[in-house]
Amino acid sequence: MKKTIITVVGKDRVGIIAKVCVYLAENNINILDIAQTIVDGYFNMMMVVNAEAASKDHDQIAEDLAGIGEELGVQIKAQQEEIFDMMHRL
Amino acid sequence: MISINEVIETNAMISRMNLDVRTITMGISLLDCVGGTLKETCDNIYNKITMKAKDLVYTGEEISKKYGIPIVNKRISVTPIALVGGSVCKTSDDFVEIAKTLDRAADKVGVNFIGGYSALVSKSMTKADELLIRSIPKALAVTGKVCSSVNTGSTKTGINMDAVKLIGEIVLETAELTKDQDSIGCAKFVVFCNAPDDNPFMAGAFHGVTEADCIINVGVSGPGVVKAALEAVRGENFEVLCETIKKTAFKITRVGQLVAKEASARLGVPFGIIDLSLAPTPAVGDSVGEILEEIGLEFSGAPGTTAALAMLNDQVKKGGVMASSYVGGLSGAFIPVSEDQRMIDAVEAGALTIEKLEAMTCVCSVGLDMLAIPGDTKATTISGIIADEMALGMVNQKTTAVRIIPVIGKTVGDKAEFGGLLGYAPIMPVNQYSCDAFINRGGRIPAPIHSFKN
Repeated sequence: MKKTIITVVGKDRVGIIAKVCVYLAENNINILDIAQTIVDGYFNMMMVVNAEAASKDHDQIAEDLAGIGEELGVQIKAQQEEIFDMMHRL
Repeated sequence: MISINEVIETNAMISRMNLDVRTITMGISLLDCVGGTLKETCDNIYNKITMKAKDLVYTGEEISKKYGIPIVNKRISVTPIALVGGSVCKTSDDFVEIAKTLDRAADKVGVNFIGGYSALVSKSMTKADELLIRSIPKALAVTGKVCSSVNTGSTKTGINMDAVKLIGEIVLETAELTKDQDSIGCAKFVVFCNAPDDNPFMAGAFHGVTEADCIINVGVSGPGVVKAALEAVRGENFEVLCETIKKTAFKITRVGQLVAKEASARLGVPFGIIDLSLAPTPAVGDSVGEILEEIGLEFSGAPGTTAALAMLNDQVKKGGVMASSYVGGLSGAFIPVSEDQRMIDAVEAGALTIEKLEAMTCVCSVGLDMLAIPGDTKATTISGIIADEMALGMVNQKTTAVRIIPVIGKTVGDKAEFGGLLGYAPIMPVNQYSCDAFINRGGRIPAPIHSFKN
């Protein structure tokens, strides 16, 4: 299974996860795991999702999520999992 | 499963520490493009490059979006043109026609540089080699994206001093023809000793004759990431310092490996090598000078600089070779003065001189890079500087290079502005004593002895 990692970085506020989750549900993207933490005063969230059955391709999802991030005043990125695996796993 | 801290670390490297893949360079052999006439050869070259590289830029952008990592440059390197044009080019102007063809092909496929307007003359020159070298000033003045290099020496052959002498004159002529842009033509020309066949970085990239028909080489970078990692170990001993650099170089190189394999698969072109150089840009936080300062020097050029750089270079390689089985190219720390803000600052503060840079090039890749010197410097003096650098490479069995810019109309105290990734450079003073008689001797310096290494 190809996994996509969605990250949200920015100032915490009400409704960030809700808004991202609504978008994912609408596009048939399944959430596998969610984690969040505060680093240097910034809210950091990571979602591991399975977008294999998604109704849109990766580029479109990344672009849409970046747009949602702008509305919320946070940065949202979608990246394929391999970049993290390559860097942190032997 | 990947942890959130690992994800945060990777993304901080990209967003705050300027981690990027500096270049995907497609090497294309042009040996099968030689035709019966110059026109036919140029047509074949244009057709092959535009066919092989038609998806290069698009593919780079796709991979960049998929992993969220910037891929800054997409480039092409080709077979040294002196070999390709040897039978059809009867004059230097004929070679310039090939340069224009390369420029048009680069424009068509959207790459920002094309390298390989080159000659390999480490022992002697053929007629074609000499015609190509003499065409370099014009070729670099009438094209925008073509990069040129000449290999004038090697550990196995010695140094071709006739070529070194000629290149001193060619560098000045190139500067003169582009004097309205601070002699920028010279920024696209490198002279090498022990030039590698698979270097993806400009201006010295060319596709060696030992390579396959088409290949993908990737250059990774990340001085900012190393600098940030070292901030966390301030005051620690060398063991901790080295361990930190190695781990960081490993992580950086793994990203390059991922991008290289993906690009290779998508383009249907074999993967060649990863070049794991620390390549600075003029941006703050993307500087090799900053790393040297973080290691503990007030400025690059202070006593200890050569040792610090030697250690840095070695640790980068040790971390990188674990991350990819095919490491090649130049692979080390680059010290291009104009492209590194802290190096510029060190020159302006009087901490860094040409002589100290020369010492630094003994222990790192590649050589005297992007130095601006007074425009009235004599050709023989430039040849002397080149000869010194070639000798370092020859004796130490390493690649060395010179990319030097005599800025016409400017002198010590002035600045040359190149713009973009090439940055700006304060004009550095050059030793004024003559080496005329040495350079004018002609002939070649024999290869060094490979025994009696005491």
